[in-house]
Amino acid sequence: MRIGLVLGEAFQGLRRNASMVVSVVLVTFISLTFVGVAILLQQQIGSMKSYWYDRAQIAIYFCNSVDQGGNCAQAAATQEQVDAVMAKLQDPSIAPYIERTEYDTPADVLAQTQQVYQDNPIVGFLTEDLVGGIAHVTLHDPSDADVIVESVSGLPGVESVEDQRKYLEPIFGMLNAASAAAIGVAALMLVAAVLLIATTIRLSAFSRRRELGIMRLVGASNRLIETPFILEGVIAALIGSLLASGALVLIVQFFVQGQLGSALGGGTLLIRARDAFLVAPILIVVGVVLAALSASVAIKRYLRV
Amino acid sequence: MIRFENVSKSYPGTTRPALGDVSLEIGKGEFVFLIGASGSGKSSLLRLILKEEKPNKGDVYVLGKRLSALPSRKVPYFRRNLGVVFQDFRLLPNKTVYDNVAFTLQVIGKSRGFIQEAVPDALKMVGLAGKANRMPHELSGGEQQRVAIARAVVNKPAILLADEPTGNLDPETSQGIMSLLERINLGGTTVVMATHAADVVDRMQRRVIELMTGRVVRDERGGGYVTQAIAVQNAAEPPARVTSA
Repeated sequence: MRIGLVLGEAFQGLRRNASMVVSVVLVTFISLTFVGVAILLQQQIGSMKSYWYDRAQIAIYFCNSVDQGGNCAQAAATQEQVDAVMAKLQDPSIAPYIERTEYDTPADVLAQTQQVYQDNPIVGFLTEDLVGGIAHVTLHDPSDADVIVESVSGLPGVESVEDQRKYLEPIFGMLNAASAAAIGVAALMLVAAVLLIATTIRLSAFSRRRELGIMRLVGASNRLIETPFILEGVIAALIGSLLASGALVLIVQFFVQGQLGSALGGGTLLIRARDAFLVAPILIVVGVVLAALSASVAIKRYLRV
Repeated sequence: MIRFENVSKSYPGTTRPALGDVSLEIGKGEFVFLIGASGSGKSSLLRLILKEEKPNKGDVYVLGKRLSALPSRKVPYFRRNLGVVFQDFRLLPNKTVYDNVAFTLQVIGKSRGFIQEAVPDALKMVGLAGKANRMPHELSGGEQQRVAIARAVVNKPAILLADEPTGNLDPETSQGIMSLLERINLGGTTVVMATHAADVVDRMQRRVIELMTGRVVRDERGGGYVTQAIAVQNAAEPPARVTSA
């Protein structure tokens, strides 16, 4: 009986305030879509970071016979110098950071270069002493790269030490900026949504002030009076957050996996629709909780005894 | 049943208090007229009984409860023991007569079965048994006030508060409403009625509490709208009666 009464009042309010309710739905829809995009961007950044940072290594380039830069003097790094660097990497102060180290001798490097540039006639002129050896160091945590770079770049026979992670930084910087922008827009839109819900509920309460007055007079409990209004806000926000969830799934399915995936040739690294489905409950909870809070604050004024 | 102990009430932004040091007691089953000029504090007194306002000083006891000690979440349950009728009826225009009366019972959580029995009873009692499915705008003013009274008493309250219930009605219709209130009073309900209607008060000869600028200036059992004592006074001073007439 009372559940029927409460639901009836809530739906009556939704019908009577149709245009305001539609605007609440749209504003929550847009704001929660931005929240979802921000969350998915963070997930994308996370998955790309873990993938690429795993593969990002530190490359130690040893001198060849024509190098003048670094610690070279137009002399190829000797085996002793290479051994000294490798020994340094085994040093107890550095070793804990290192997952593994691979050394490509000048012969290996020459073979790889010849294979990569096999159509280029210049490759034919390359000899072993024109290419230096390269040590590839893989770290447990790529952000510790500076330790390795500092400790080996001063050693004799080392032409340069390169942290490959630096090639990835601009990409992540860009993605992070996009994610921050999405969070900023989302926050602003959420504020707008909360205010709009409060205004809508106040309007709804004002249009029903006669009923409210009588309900208070005959002793309806505060919960019975406020619940229809809170439900009104929650239902509108729920519709908005469901729309946002649907939009997010569609964006991921067609834009990220579809367009971006085919442009990048297979999107194994990209977020999938499944990720969007995992974000949907977050959006629904955020939408419903915010609506319930702002509606109950807005209606409190009418319950004051 | 209702007791005021040195109650003062002033509204913010006004210098003169709406009620100043009012003490009175209304017993069970009494019929009390509350009279006085507009602004003399009648409505404030009724609002204090309903706990729609808090007194600045003093205590109000209703049904054995000290209202200032009543937590606000219990106020709705307290109000279920009170029925209220207004000058402007305050019916819901989009609900039928039956639904207007049933609404009060619905919102306090009565069962469907109870409502189906109590509402026709209440409508019969006020003489509107045949008009349950009419809309308020199809009824006369007197009939609308009867619906409002049915709504106020359908839950069998211990106290009925009426704020100028005949203020919008012609004398004949008022008479009908008054006999209805009298019947409710005979059933054991305490009735407190604020009014300006001198003929009604004079005819009923019940307890009269007169307020003037927030103070009780007369509390007389079986009194009229104008007390005998003042009439004698006026008679002794003919010029004053001429100017006041």
